[in-house]
Amino acid sequence: MTDVSDATVTPIVRLRSVSKSYRRGGQIVPVLEEISFDIAQGEFLALMGPSGSGKSTLLNLIAGIDKVDSGAILVGGVDITSLSETELASWRGLNVGFIFQFYNLIPVLTAFENVELPLLLTSLSRRERREHVAMALRIVGLADRMDHRPGQLSGGQQQRVAIARAVVTDPTILVADEPTGDLDRRSAEEILHLMERLNRESGKTVIMVTHDPRAAEQARTIRHLEKGFLTDVAA
Amino acid sequence: MIPISYSFRNLWTRRFTTFMTAGGMALVVFVFAAVLMLAAGLKKTLVETGSPDNVIVIRGSAGSEVQSGVERLQAAIVESRPEIALGADARPLLAKELVVLYSLNKRGSDKPANVVIRGVGAQSLALRPQVRLVQGRMPLPGSSEIIAGSSIARRFQGGGIGETLRFGMRNWTVVGTFDAGSTGFDSEIWGDVDQLMQAFRRPVYSSVIFRLRDRALFGRCKTAIESDPRLNLDARPETKYYSDQSEAMATFLRILGVALTVIFSLGAMIGATITMYAAVANRVGEIGTLRAIGFQRRSILGAFLLEALFLGFIGGVAGLFLASFMQLVTISTMNWQTFSELAFSFTLTPEIVVKSLLFSVVMGFVGGVIPAIRAARMNIVEALRES
Repeated sequence: MTDVSDATVTPIVRLRSVSKSYRRGGQIVPVLEEISFDIAQGEFLALMGPSGSGKSTLLNLIAGIDKVDSGAILVGGVDITSLSETELASWRGLNVGFIFQFYNLIPVLTAFENVELPLLLTSLSRRERREHVAMALRIVGLADRMDHRPGQLSGGQQQRVAIARAVVTDPTILVADEPTGDLDRRSAEEILHLMERLNRESGKTVIMVTHDPRAAEQARTIRHLEKGFLTDVAA
Repeated sequence: MIPISYSFRNLWTRRFTTFMTAGGMALVVFVFAAVLMLAAGLKKTLVETGSPDNVIVIRGSAGSEVQSGVERLQAAIVESRPEIALGADARPLLAKELVVLYSLNKRGSDKPANVVIRGVGAQSLALRPQVRLVQGRMPLPGSSEIIAGSSIARRFQGGGIGETLRFGMRNWTVVGTFDAGSTGFDSEIWGDVDQLMQAFRRPVYSSVIFRLRDRALFGRCKTAIESDPRLNLDARPETKYYSDQSEAMATFLRILGVALTVIFSLGAMIGATITMYAAVANRVGEIGTLRAIGFQRRSILGAFLLEALFLGFIGGVAGLFLASFMQLVTISTMNWQTFSELAFSFTLTPEIVVKSLLFSVVMGFVGGVIPAIRAARMNIVEALRES
């Protein structure tokens, strides 16, 4: 693994003095303080740190599902902190692929329909959507399970469907929050492998939050957070 | 937009709750539709009793035939109008009739109820093509013979063919029964008008009914009758006369029905709200996910509202299905305008179907709107944390 924080490659994500705090029981609890760093295009970054260190909050801010208190986040040249709620939702639909710890598939929809969901926000025709979904499911090796509901799939398979859903719109960044946290070791390895392959072969920028050092080993860069600060750069 | 199948399948997934909630709504729709069907049935029965070519003439201030009196001389003046059609025998198609209310006992229960006894003339049957003699024969003029509507024959003691009824200090033999379809005549007893006037000591007719040569002549005929100083009579198309008679009762039924349904629907809407709140609470994670992957608040609102509308629609269809069986039921009640017993059926009309479905969908909407707003306003991060 190498540190690419100072790489010459164009940064796809830029954080500038990002601060975030939460109000808890009438008290303001700072979660992130003055965070500034870049993530290069095509990077596979692992964010590590103890519980409460602010890594998930940082991921949520980069993914545009939470708002900063101060500072700026630029993704692909767009300052997402200046976008309205509606603009942000549209932006997420086109630019962010989400991979969650508990897969977060819609249980009443089939694997195909789950993967198709983000495409419903685009102007693609029904036939084009079908082609995109079929390709995404082929990439994750589940082309033969497209008519299965999530309940009929194993944890590893569900996470692969979730990955297909994340990549189907060809987003700018993939964000993963503990993607292997609910999986057995073998399934976890398969998922990490898949993410690493997507990063290597398709040049997808992956930002992953994890507790698991084995998961982090798949990343090319690891950043540690502690009490809201970036502490070091691990190789 | 979130696919429609998402909303529909979620209802199916929670089918027990869905059917219980929709069942509650179905009962409300059933009551709503049944009352409207009752009002429609009453109206249909009374309106179909009249024929559009016929004109009924009654005393000026009388609301119905029961309250009316038309003197023999006045009846003769009306009979001379040139607008009246002539029958095959070249005589005017006109009948001077008497309407008397009489209390008869019902079969089985011995409970008395008012029935209409109508004194008819030679042309009365020709004026009402919907009335068919189904058994026996017509009463002979000048005799104490009567014929009974099928509803009377079925439901009143002594109303069957060959049986005898006592009224007007005489015994009257039923020599025939007639079927008048679903019209009000089905609940009447007919006999010779002169005999009945004598028996009931009535010196005047109740009404004069005649057929127009041409429907367009009604205006001229009405003006002539109503402006004649010798007559204090009112001429109306027969259909309007019966429609007016049903109005008070139908309005009463509609108001009663709507009042009852509004109260019941409050319960059903609260039920729908609880169901939809539970649906939102169970799917907080899904809502967070959908919002995260780019769906707008309005899409979430739409999906949950659609679910509530589906719920209402299912209730509406089920309620209408149940209510449709009410068409098999015939009930009898007092027609307050004539104070006589009237038998009629629940009638399901396309208008009632549309109104009931609309009502059920509105119930679903009102029940689902607050939970749907709550779902749409959810904070994404908090929603995802709960998943």
